[in-house]
Amino acid sequence: MSINLNISDIGTRETRLGSITGYIGDLNDLATQSSCGTLKGCARCFSQSSTCLSGCALAQLAGIRDVAVIHHGPAGCSVTGTQIYTVTKQVAAKRGIVNNTVYIGTDMNEQDTIFGAGDSLKNIVLETYKRYKPKAIFVSSSCATGVIGEDIDSIVEELKEEIDVPIAAVHCEGFKSRIWATGFDISDHAVLSSIVQPPKQKRRTINFKNFFESARNEIINIFKNFDVEPVFLYANATVEELSHLSEALATVCICGTLGNYLGNGLEEKYGVPYIRTINPLGIAGFETWLRAIGKVIDKEAEVEKYIETEREKYIPQIEEVKKELKGLKAVLAMGPGYTFEVSRVLNELGIEVVWGAAWHYDKKYEDGEVPPSMKYLLENNQNFQVSVADQQNFEILNILNTYKPDLYLSRHPGSTVWAIKQGYPAVYVADEYMIFGYRGTLDFAHSVLNTIRNRSFEKNLAKRVKLPYTKWWYKQDPGLFIQDV
Amino acid sequence: MAKILDKQRYKCAMSAMSTVQAIERAIPVLHAGPGCAQKLSNSSGSSGYFSPNIFPCTSINEKDVVFGGETKLRSTIENSLKIIDADLYVVLTGCTPEIVGDTVEEVVQEFEDAEKPVIFASTAGFRGNNYKGHEWVINAIIEQYLEPSDKKTKGLVNIWADVPYQDEFWLGNLRELEKLVADLGLIPNTIFGYRRGIKNIKKIPEAQFNLLVSTWVGLENVKLMEEKFGIPYLHYPTLPIGAFETSKFLRTVGEFAGVDKDKVEALIAEKEDYYYYYIERYADLFLETRVMSKKFSIVADAQYTLGITKFLVNDLGLFPAKQFITDDTPLEYRKNIEEYFKDLNYDIKAEISFITDGYKIHKEIESTDYHGYPLILGGYWEKEVAAKTNAHYLNVSWPVNERLVMNSYYVGYDGGLKLIEDIYSVVKTRFN
Repeated sequence: MSINLNISDIGTRETRLGSITGYIGDLNDLATQSSCGTLKGCARCFSQSSTCLSGCALAQLAGIRDVAVIHHGPAGCSVTGTQIYTVTKQVAAKRGIVNNTVYIGTDMNEQDTIFGAGDSLKNIVLETYKRYKPKAIFVSSSCATGVIGEDIDSIVEELKEEIDVPIAAVHCEGFKSRIWATGFDISDHAVLSSIVQPPKQKRRTINFKNFFESARNEIINIFKNFDVEPVFLYANATVEELSHLSEALATVCICGTLGNYLGNGLEEKYGVPYIRTINPLGIAGFETWLRAIGKVIDKEAEVEKYIETEREKYIPQIEEVKKELKGLKAVLAMGPGYTFEVSRVLNELGIEVVWGAAWHYDKKYEDGEVPPSMKYLLENNQNFQVSVADQQNFEILNILNTYKPDLYLSRHPGSTVWAIKQGYPAVYVADEYMIFGYRGTLDFAHSVLNTIRNRSFEKNLAKRVKLPYTKWWYKQDPGLFIQDV
Repeated sequence: MAKILDKQRYKCAMSAMSTVQAIERAIPVLHAGPGCAQKLSNSSGSSGYFSPNIFPCTSINEKDVVFGGETKLRSTIENSLKIIDADLYVVLTGCTPEIVGDTVEEVVQEFEDAEKPVIFASTAGFRGNNYKGHEWVINAIIEQYLEPSDKKTKGLVNIWADVPYQDEFWLGNLRELEKLVADLGLIPNTIFGYRRGIKNIKKIPEAQFNLLVSTWVGLENVKLMEEKFGIPYLHYPTLPIGAFETSKFLRTVGEFAGVDKDKVEALIAEKEDYYYYYIERYADLFLETRVMSKKFSIVADAQYTLGITKFLVNDLGLFPAKQFITDDTPLEYRKNIEEYFKDLNYDIKAEISFITDGYKIHKEIESTDYHGYPLILGGYWEKEVAAKTNAHYLNVSWPVNERLVMNSYYVGYDGGLKLIEDIYSVVKTRFN
């Protein structure tokens, strides 16, 4: 594939990667259908609300330090900014810095949908610039502006004359793609096309794409062993740091779904190697990932030494707790990056995955290859029931009811709560570093164990609540409403 | 015209899905983009029997924009009726279907004979904010669900107050208003929250009158009910917080309902006696806390700005600096609201500003001399300006991001005491 940084809009994951949001079968079948081209994008004739790609795109951009995100749309679109603002402040406070990023709405009204609001938008951008002197400005579309055809590209072009910091149009109409992860690509595209500069000198840095950098200090310490410094993206990253991404030794990520576009973009345009392995979750993931980094930065011996020391410390402890987890059955539902990564870790810990639901599925990544996490499972002969479920809670509860697992795991707000209401212990794998490295794997194993051992909360609650779905639904096949398109 | 929403205080009309959600066993069916519900719900108390991530949603995509989404809407409603165990289905429209011209109302009408009622409210985000959206959903219930009733129940009072979920204290406040009305010997009827719902909606037309405790939100609704069902209404503009306003509230409601005057006065005497028992026990604290200044500012919707201003002035003897009303109050109500702020003890008049631009609010607060530590009650945004101005700060209005409110309330005698507790829990963290 080729990334075109000269245009502001990008293709959706459906068109670029053949990604889908509906499927039921098993891992082997999913892989076979992907490779022989019979896998189709699916729709549902009944669906429940999920996520909007603009939320993904703009939350990423709003994490960057001291920038302005201007969300051109009705007040409901920009409302997400109030939550993002809190997270941004809290994440910055943890690091002991101040992040002055602002998130501004344009409060479009009915008249604006008839006559357009280009002039107002321009004034709002200028006013925002005057107020906050942001280091970069992102101007985004919404469903409403998309449908009426507001030309934000031209407005941004005009503004470039008056504003001397990077400014980019961000095309993230919510209806554009059913795959909200397209939003991650959109934010990467905005950064690549408006902020990243061609390299002037090589630096001993590694671009590290993640969400909230909760393992920041740990990773800095690990990388010190290899004489490199990580640059964490995008939360708390500065515009200055972003402008130098092309000068790094490599790009790595904590989640393939998240990091894929930026990694490929930097590799394609500036030759920065993108490390495409399984992610550093669990033991196999962490070691594979470290070794690949070692190879790229020519520090293989140092990496082996580090692995050896750490193994000695942690493997016996992990083996000990594994004894207690053996034989448990789990259902999990996450973004595709995590579904197949966490499945691998659960297997490593002796927990049997009976059903893995991915919110969407990318047939391939930008390099044309099957995502590494999926490839790993296939190569290691792991097979289980799989669905692509676009956060469709009614499908998940139906599956839980059939398989009655010991454990449900999810990574998305509002998902685990339904499992516990149905009486299943659940682990909210929210922090992207929850299973990172040896230490994370050990902590995760203990979290699972503690969840299984104290079922008070879900038992108490499940006994007293009524579930929102009819008996009729629980007798149906979970894929009942999936249709070919 | 589009305007700068800097430190946003409200959501869009489709956020009225929260109004539906507040009615037990009623579910919103969204004809909207896939992420609208997620954006509009915050994580405060949104995982009840139904939660935003399980609201049926047509999840409009590019194809629906081009060809229209009516088929998808039809199948979504049809299947919602089969899958979701609800008693009322309220179809709400987002921006896209309204711009591309889907005939939503006609699709909804096809379900006239469905086993459960399906109604519709137009709530496109660009039509207004969530205060208006709330009114539109209530109007939809009045027009499409309620039947006129010959039966009248003496003493039955429908109570309308806060906008659910926009006000984090909506549930507790409503319950306390019910108690106050019941104390007068009347029968309160509300439709939101635990075990109220559909059965109470059905009782609405039988009421003796509607009691609207709100500065402006809901006026449209009670007027419509007067017109349609002949139910008179009492508009009480101030959220009664603390003894002064709550006693006034009881007198006003008692008089309107025809409750015996002596009975009302006896009730008030008893309640005030109880309230001032607590105030007296802590009077030293209020007088002798060295860091408490007399001046305050509130940044909130009209409801809270008025309610709290009256409480702080008339109960606690504080003095108002400028107050900021952030709900984008429709122009036709503004003059009346200004008058309400002039009706304070000792002829004190509070200066107010109808303003939606948070940046300007903060600039004004920064340039005000509070003659001591400012007391600022507002949204989460004010945390920042409070830090800058060394203020005492309490997050009472949306967005409420770093405190948890489950069933707390500020309404009534007990609500006033709770607000004092909250304010002084902040004040007491500082000595000089």
